[in-house]
Amino acid sequence: MQALDGNAIGGLLIDVFGTEMTTVTGTCAGCGTSSQVAEFAVYRQAPGTVVRCRSCSSILMVFVQVRGMTCVDLRGLASLG
Amino acid sequence: MAGTALRGRLTWQIAMVDTVTDETARVRTIVLDVPQWPGHRAGQHLDVRLTAEDGYRAERSYSIASAPGEPVAITVERLDDGEVSPYLTQELRAGDELELRGPIGGYFVWEPEDDGPLMLVAGGSGIVPLRAMLRHRQRSGSAIPARLLYSSRTLPDVIYQSELSRYADGVEVTCTLTRQQPPGWTGRAGRVDAKLLSEVCWPAAVSPLAYVCGPTSFVEAAAAGLVGLGYPPHRVKTERFGATGGR
Amino acid sequence: MSPVSRGFRRRRLPDAEPGRVPPGQYVTGDFPVLSAGPTPRTALQNWTFSITGGGEPRSWTWEQFRALPAESVTADIHCVTRWSKLDTRWEGVSIDTLLDQVEHHAGFALAHSDGGYTTNLPLQDVTGGRAWVAFGYDGEPLEPEHGGPARLLVPHLYFWKSAKWVRSLELLDADEPGFWETYGYHMYGDPWLEQRYAGD
Repeated sequence: MQALDGNAIGGLLIDVFGTEMTTVTGTCAGCGTSSQVAEFAVYRQAPGTVVRCRSCSSILMVFVQVRGMTCVDLRGLASLG
Repeated sequence: MAGTALRGRLTWQIAMVDTVTDETARVRTIVLDVPQWPGHRAGQHLDVRLTAEDGYRAERSYSIASAPGEPVAITVERLDDGEVSPYLTQELRAGDELELRGPIGGYFVWEPEDDGPLMLVAGGSGIVPLRAMLRHRQRSGSAIPARLLYSSRTLPDVIYQSELSRYADGVEVTCTLTRQQPPGWTGRAGRVDAKLLSEVCWPAAVSPLAYVCGPTSFVEAAAAGLVGLGYPPHRVKTERFGATGGR
Repeated sequence: MSPVSRGFRRRRLPDAEPGRVPPGQYVTGDFPVLSAGPTPRTALQNWTFSITGGGEPRSWTWEQFRALPAESVTADIHCVTRWSKLDTRWEGVSIDTLLDQVEHHAGFALAHSDGGYTTNLPLQDVTGGRAWVAFGYDGEPLEPEHGGPARLLVPHLYFWKSAKWVRSLELLDADEPGFWETYGYHMYGDPWLEQRYAGD
């Protein structure tokens, strides 16, 4: 299954961050690569949404929606914005 | 429109289906009447949410097929094993309500102010946001030269075929058919590859701005091909569609 | 309050016999591929399966693993994303066979996969003929996108517990949440009790 990109979670990101996020720059805590959120690899069909660095495949962000609440893990990002 | 520019407000609202038009045997354009629509940019998408009688909900994203200023429209491809696309392309009719939110997206958007000749590369239903860009270019009277390379399986699969053939000034459209070509076909045949890109696309030297949209494997091959032609990666914008046809 | 979308219903195949499908699930004819990351591609000559955390760590190469007695398994599988697939056919090595070669007193296990995925299970749920390391599906070698060369197969729990690309089982004294469990999915995951999320 091939990944989508950050465009696919545009709506989810607005829900979570309160603003349009696809043009924001994120830096991978694993390899230091920076790119716009729209360019991250997005895996959407699992029990949650996993966003990975295209360079090293490290997990950048995880979103899991349980009982109407979204759990957000951004530990894989060295910086965002 | 006062009150709609609040940052972070992406609320669901109820639209009404105005018209439905079949583009191909599997593809339908749905024009919507959206009372609280704040306007949109070419390339953005919206999210649709359906609710069944038992409360079951399904959500999908669809690129906006119309230009800024035109009524909101989406173009949906029916997937055989889909859950939402068969409903949108076969059941939904004028007068029905549709819950949606948008517009969404700030990366895969084009404005006439963006500089560089425009290079659009579409695979299958990836044509939808690029068509919005071409319509926006036309409606705004922009003189920016544009090229479109559009890959489809067969001629009957080409979406917006007559509209694309009517572009004249400053827009060159090349269609490639990957599975079957009709007799007398004067367009291209076969998949988008390095050779086809080198023959059809703007050369890197003119600093084009490229938008590539379609299934993931198509986008990755085409984007890599453009970078291989010398396009700087930051001048190749990509939007990948999933097996759900939208996102 | 969302309006009902006239004429919309969820996709479903005709119901299986009552009691065959856990609550909240629908039966599918395909085999959906759900993944949280790129498909790992470990070459068989580099592949090993290990059990750690017991007396002595024990490791099998692909040849050693395939030389172990294997079984054919037919099972219904249930994904937490609500699809169920009935009568799926697998070929695998029972985890009993693997654990027989390790001394341990552990109560729990954490499965580790290529790519970093983990999931936790009570040891009693991967023994007694209830779990396998599966290398074949539907009469063919297990495809990479479905977890090949080998995955965990624990059909009595939600399928996120059947870790794809499994490489080791770490034996533990206490239950430790794996990847999805850390984000709020249920520690155990019994589909018949609809244990999808923590607290269910």
